[in-house]
Amino acid sequence: MTAFITENYPVLFAAVAAFCVVVYVLADGFDIGVGILFLLAPREQNRDLMMASIEPVWDANETWLVMGGTLLLATFPPAYYVLLPAFYLPIMFMLFALIARGIAFEFRLQSQREWIWNRAFAAGSVLAALCQGFVLGGLVNGVPMRDGMFAGGSFEFFSLLGLFCGIGLVCGYALLGAGWLIWKTDGATQAFARRMAKRAVIATAVMMVLVSVWSAWSVPEVAARWFAWPNIAYLTPVPVVTAAVLLRLWQRVWSGHELEPFVLGLVVFLLGFLGIVVSLWPYIVPRHVTIWDGAADPQTLAFIGTGVAIIIPIVLAYQANAYWVFRGKTKVLDGYGDASQTGEESKRM
Amino acid sequence: MDLDPVILARAQFAFTIGFHILWPTFTIGLASFIALLSGLWWRTGRTVYRDLMRFWLRLFAIAFGMGVVTGLVLSYEIGANWAGFSRSVANVLGPLFAYEALTAFFLEAGFIGIVLFGEGRVSKGAHFFACCMVAGGTLLSATWILAANSWMQTPAGAVADADGIYHVADWWQVIFNSSFPYRLAHMVCASFVTGSFVVAGVSAFHLWRGQHVEASRVGFSMAMWLALILTPTQILLGDLHGRNTLVHQPTKLAAIEGLWETTKGPPMTVIAWPSMEEERNLYAIDIPYLASLYLTHSWDGEVQGLKAVPREDRPYVPLVFFAFRVMVGIGMLLLLTALTGAVLRWRHRLYDTRWFQTVAMATAPLGFIAVLAGWTTTEAGRQPWVIYGQLRTVDAAAPVTAHAVATTLLIFFVLYAALMIVFLWFAGRIVIRGPASPSPADPSRVRPGIDRSAPTIVGSRPAGPPAKGQPRPALGE
Repeated sequence: MTAFITENYPVLFAAVAAFCVVVYVLADGFDIGVGILFLLAPREQNRDLMMASIEPVWDANETWLVMGGTLLLATFPPAYYVLLPAFYLPIMFMLFALIARGIAFEFRLQSQREWIWNRAFAAGSVLAALCQGFVLGGLVNGVPMRDGMFAGGSFEFFSLLGLFCGIGLVCGYALLGAGWLIWKTDGATQAFARRMAKRAVIATAVMMVLVSVWSAWSVPEVAARWFAWPNIAYLTPVPVVTAAVLLRLWQRVWSGHELEPFVLGLVVFLLGFLGIVVSLWPYIVPRHVTIWDGAADPQTLAFIGTGVAIIIPIVLAYQANAYWVFRGKTKVLDGYGDASQTGEESKRM
Repeated sequence: MDLDPVILARAQFAFTIGFHILWPTFTIGLASFIALLSGLWWRTGRTVYRDLMRFWLRLFAIAFGMGVVTGLVLSYEIGANWAGFSRSVANVLGPLFAYEALTAFFLEAGFIGIVLFGEGRVSKGAHFFACCMVAGGTLLSATWILAANSWMQTPAGAVADADGIYHVADWWQVIFNSSFPYRLAHMVCASFVTGSFVVAGVSAFHLWRGQHVEASRVGFSMAMWLALILTPTQILLGDLHGRNTLVHQPTKLAAIEGLWETTKGPPMTVIAWPSMEEERNLYAIDIPYLASLYLTHSWDGEVQGLKAVPREDRPYVPLVFFAFRVMVGIGMLLLLTALTGAVLRWRHRLYDTRWFQTVAMATAPLGFIAVLAGWTTTEAGRQPWVIYGQLRTVDAAAPVTAHAVATTLLIFFVLYAALMIVFLWFAGRIVIRGPASPSPADPSRVRPGIDRSAPTIVGSRPAGPPAKGQPRPALGE
């Protein structure tokens, strides 16, 4: 058993890293999505409710980003010290965006000038998603490397594929956010979320097609991976299932099953992630460093692996507990949706 | 103009980590203080503890948020700006950072919701437990990050191969390296001291204005007791840390003392201008033998001078020298303040001596300045090494262009300045509003219509932040 684990360290830790990325993308994805939809909501009370629905969980969601970054440094160092300089500007602007977003949570409720924090929250959310898209597109394109280090310029990260991925992520996160709001809210906010979900499904589907076609056309390695025989036989189900899920999602937006659109949105993201893994496997720095070449020392992996194996389940348990404590529909105001109530008037004071 | 990317990267890291450390300094101390208040409220049932706890939670909430967002930056900046460093030390420091996220950040994030929003929805005991978890998270975080920092100061338990990549031989030695216990104790105590003087200063402000007198008396009394115990402890810990530096980082210690020649029975240089070019102190005021006494505990102990190492291995001495004197000077001022408070308490005049209230208000920000000065001393004193004696800072940088670093540095300046202004604005409002309950009938009612007993509420906040939509007597009209 021990020997098996030791021999397969790189694969195991690639799975752990992938798990952290997936949890981050899904968890922060829906709260970034709520931010993307924020300014589109018709009334201030909708926004109060939208923010209240993610307030108790966003911090823990974003902690997965720190977890992912530090885990990459510990387990696949080249992914950290080659990719971060390669994506210097998008990473930095993502951090600026997350700062703007994060403090908007704290200050919006303290402030009478909500419009400032509404804009900071929405702009931060959109910018963070765009920046993550540029990183993703850059990964699929590959980064130039020499002597074990990144060898390129500051704007090397920019590509049309990255832009498409960025727009795709904005749409996809909006879809997750809308699904979350359908589940966690009711009344006017829920109706707003359903309208948004309908549009986001179409936009996400269009962007997924565009990103797939464009990456297959512009990156020969990706095309070779997907279209070579027998890969194509195994891989055909991925886009087919994705299309089926998107179609189902489109149909279920106005259904009585309020959790279903959110869950289907998560499935769309998982399938998209699977597609990226197929395109990039087994590289940790695309087409330069594989997970076997890039893994940290075995004694380092053993040390951090022990902690991951023991602590991650505990973390997941108490995070699940936090979602349980704050279960059910979010409420901010009684008589919510009834504009004659206190909330609407007092805004004008 | 030619920009040096290494200098810019150093400036950016110094600025972002210097800005970040303010918030953990505040929240490490404050989290424990809030846990203490929550426990006292649970055990004694005195409402004054509850009011104080809610008041400090309001400040804690925004400071904690600032700490989270500015800390996130650092976990990516290390790779983006310091790729050479990351490449060398990933095997050693990577797991320490990952353990920090795994044990500390998740713990804080998992319980902060209950601490901030859970009062009234969980029992007092459970709230106290959650407060302890958050306080424990802040301390765990400090433990891991200071283990990593101390390893850069006094590396042990790992060896570098021909490519400069470190490999770990002994995790125990890596974590419990020789300077770690001292640095950890000194930093945690610094946070507690800083927190004590902030609480003292804010309480003194309310006493001075004659507002919230009952809660402020309790807060002031607790803070002055803590200051009386913690400030001398901190000075003692600092002395131990300094003697540890003497053994393990002699060049840094020589820069701190402004000592150029290796000397038996060195004097204490109170103030001087250490000249890097002339390799001596200008305008020095010395006290004979004193440094020998406190460093070696003897009249004629030998202390290594800066000239024992070549010029290119020395830090920029004036920065280290003056930063250290700022830190120690503030430490002495705070000790004097704590002792004065004790004398006034003994004479039953602690709560109504107006000049002392002014003094207490003035000392509130000093802890932060001392922490920044202390970190400047230890980090600038480590230069020109990023791993003391082994890896030079110039070899640790990332292949990014000077313009990219300069641009982001500029954005950090503007963004962080704006953050600080906004924080001070809101913190100031919270302080002025004070610890009184906003609505005595049901203090947890913060927005019209909120029903605390319903199981479905999300996003209510600790009592007090301005009930949206309710008139604000102090500021609103």
